[in-house]
Amino acid sequence: MEQPEQTVATNLPRPASAFQPSAFQPQADGPQGETIFDVRNVSISYGAFKAVTDVSLAIHEREITAFIGSSGSGKTTVLRAFNRMNDLIPGARLEGEMQYRGQSLYSGDVSPIAVRRRIGMVFQKPNPFPKSIYDNVAYGPRINGERNKGKLNEIVERSLRRAALWDEVKNRLSTSGLSLSGGQAQRLCIARTIAVEPDVVLMDEPASALDPIATGAIEDLMRELKSQYTIIIVTHNMQQATRVSDRTAFFSVLTDPDSDFRTGVLVEYGRTEQIFQDPHDPRTQAYVTGRIG
Amino acid sequence: MTVLTGQHPKADLREPRSWRRAKNRIATVLMVLSFVLVIIPLGFVLFTVIAKGASIISWQFLTSSIPPSVLPANVGGLGPAVLGTLLITALATVIAVPLGILAAIYLNEYGGKGFLARFIGFMSDVMTGVPSIIMGLFIFTIWVLHFGYSGLAGALALGCLMLPVVIRSTYEMLRLVPDSLREGAYALGATKARVTVTVVLPAALGGIVSGALLAVARAAGETAPLLFTILGGTSTVNLNVFSGPNTALPLQIFSNASQPYVGAQARGWGAALALIAIAFILLIAARLVTARFSRYSR
Amino acid sequence: MNAATSVDPAAPAGSTAGLSKKRPLGDRTFQIVTLVAGLLVLVILVLIAFSTSQQASSWFTTEGIGGIFSKTWDTNKNQFGALAFIYGTAISSLIAVVLAVPVSLGIALLLTQVVPYRWARPIVYVIDLLAVVPSVVWGLWGVLVFAPWLLHIYTSVGSTLTGVPVLGSLFGPPVSGLSFFTAGIILAFMITPIVTSLSREVIATVPAIDREGAYALGATRLEMIRGVVLPHSQGGIVGAVLLGLGRAMGETIAVALVIGSSATITSHLLAPGYTMPAVIANEFGESTGEFKAALFGLAVLLFVFTIIINVVARAVVARSARRGRGA
Repeated sequence: MEQPEQTVATNLPRPASAFQPSAFQPQADGPQGETIFDVRNVSISYGAFKAVTDVSLAIHEREITAFIGSSGSGKTTVLRAFNRMNDLIPGARLEGEMQYRGQSLYSGDVSPIAVRRRIGMVFQKPNPFPKSIYDNVAYGPRINGERNKGKLNEIVERSLRRAALWDEVKNRLSTSGLSLSGGQAQRLCIARTIAVEPDVVLMDEPASALDPIATGAIEDLMRELKSQYTIIIVTHNMQQATRVSDRTAFFSVLTDPDSDFRTGVLVEYGRTEQIFQDPHDPRTQAYVTGRIG
Repeated sequence: MTVLTGQHPKADLREPRSWRRAKNRIATVLMVLSFVLVIIPLGFVLFTVIAKGASIISWQFLTSSIPPSVLPANVGGLGPAVLGTLLITALATVIAVPLGILAAIYLNEYGGKGFLARFIGFMSDVMTGVPSIIMGLFIFTIWVLHFGYSGLAGALALGCLMLPVVIRSTYEMLRLVPDSLREGAYALGATKARVTVTVVLPAALGGIVSGALLAVARAAGETAPLLFTILGGTSTVNLNVFSGPNTALPLQIFSNASQPYVGAQARGWGAALALIAIAFILLIAARLVTARFSRYSR
Repeated sequence: MNAATSVDPAAPAGSTAGLSKKRPLGDRTFQIVTLVAGLLVLVILVLIAFSTSQQASSWFTTEGIGGIFSKTWDTNKNQFGALAFIYGTAISSLIAVVLAVPVSLGIALLLTQVVPYRWARPIVYVIDLLAVVPSVVWGLWGVLVFAPWLLHIYTSVGSTLTGVPVLGSLFGPPVSGLSFFTAGIILAFMITPIVTSLSREVIATVPAIDREGAYALGATRLEMIRGVVLPHSQGGIVGAVLLGLGRAMGETIAVALVIGSSATITSHLLAPGYTMPAVIANEFGESTGEFKAALFGLAVLLFVFTIIINVVARAVVARSARRGRGA
């Protein structure tokens, strides 16, 4: 593993806000992994409203990619496109090309069910099922056909350990998932998601509903999960993005002054330190220095 | 500007003029009175049924065969009617509740705002207003005329009555289940059917069961649908619900009510007490289920 | 990369094998099953209409439209005019509505505007209890206890009002315990729960802001109710009343026991009468041929009337709910 480098901005004044590099330094421009998602000129509309226009980027294996930007900029829309969750919204339409490991995600013969078993999602507000903790985690494997009790026990324990929740709940696996605190419930949802051994985990503002301590626990968890899963997270917390992510994509709202037509666009995408310390686009700079958004 | 004599007009905080106050009081009294007006007949009926029925209720009453009307109250009982009510109502429940739940699932999970779903929902509500005797005549025409009188025919008629009630109450319960639960299940790669059956239904189960119990309570007391479907003339137990006439408590009450014989009338009161007891038990069970198991309530 | 299992349609992570898969058969089947269950409602309604009309066809052909308006109901002469029963149904239901609506509204307002939350529950339980008393028990009590008691009252009222111009023809003799009015009272007991609960639902949609606005202007509770709650919910209340009317029209057994079984058209409300569902319940078992067809004809009329009233009622409630939400 290379020595992490300290990059220092030379031509732009260092942002006055407290963007201290944390102890964890994301790899600076090292070899990047295989391309997991290849997004080319994707626009997504809900009926007549074009939520996001002409987005192109590539997500790499075993990295944490952060989507940041103000509300309405389309970052959640793009996130949900990766696991075909936008299909659930009537009138949603995707143009352009979105490929997962070389195969098109939106071609006619692709099953959204199969997509979602490969690409999991953790939501902003923890949504444990009104079932026991055990049954919450076992839900995914069970619908995949796993019936063997021993195997299920193994999967549940492994997933809860990986989600850093096992020690807290191992003696009350049969109690309701709804009895957990916010931070625990979110870790349960993460355990539930990784129990099906996905390839990618999408996270939609996973810590925004949690207190700072629980947030810290989730962020630590993300760094550990990175070794096995590719993670894409949407966050409105820029410090979080600098703390956990390898790459960052900045989205913004584009308004046509004459027609009042608004849509989301991808402004800039690159390694996290570069985005925050040396943003190329003035809009990016304005956002990360806190002038807008 | 202070006035030495009297108060500043704007500081007059006395009550509004007495006539307004009086009207308000009268209105409140009237509202309370209307509630009292309802308690009185209810209390009267319950009191009479319990008073007259309690003296005849016994194990013998609930199990013996039905004697000729002229015989006094201590002879025989209404056993066949008790059994008939239990069997036929249970059969009707088994027919109507699953169908009602499935239809409600269609309305909430699949149909959404489409025209067909809204139309079915509307007509289902309209169907709750169809008189129960029409359901009885309907089943008479399409079933009894071909297959004869039977407990099953009665159950079909009761089922038609119960179906729209179960649909409406189940639909309301499904609506209350938050979408975030469904999304969580979809995100794990579940199909829509699986999401509905393994996540949505269990979450709404308390309310669904409670609504079903109320529908059963209503069906157990219905007479008109049974008149032309189970016939009612039997005096002994008929365990075979699929063939042969049968009888039930409401039918017996109906025929006994018009009899001049004291014995028959006494048996009628006993049956009324038994019927009310069944309905009350189901009502209380429904409230208990709602209180303990209904996760999402209005 | 591991080999994909044959049972599991989702291959392990990191491969794209198995990504393509048609929609599972079970999922599709389930959707169809639920759709069929939903359509069952419509199928039943249509079948009811067809089967009863078919059984009534000989009555329709012999009596024709005139049968609806003919007063003559004579089983021996094979003349079956429906008017007496339509009249009886209408009168007894109207009496029920006139008696029940003020009471139901009063209770609904009591529950929503007057009573603190903890007291609301017991009151609702009492209303539920009222709703769960079976029709036949009302009838039993009515014919054996209530009607004889009422007869005393009727007799005194009747004798007092003999000869008095309008009231005498309404409440004067002949009087009978089993009569239109008795049926109307019992029907009122029976429809109160449904009118109350529907009115409650409608009144509950009045926004608190509007109510507080009235109070902020110094209104008394009655004034607030008259100025804000009632105008806001009147559409829904009309719907609730119509639903109660429909329920009263279709009520069979209690009415059959207390109405007196006399097919007459008279203004004397304390005299015996007959309604469509009651005559069907009482006479169907023994009827044959033309008689039976006539009873089916009454059933068809009853079905049509109640469907119309229910459709109008539900539409009125739905429209006022929409307007309320939009406002």
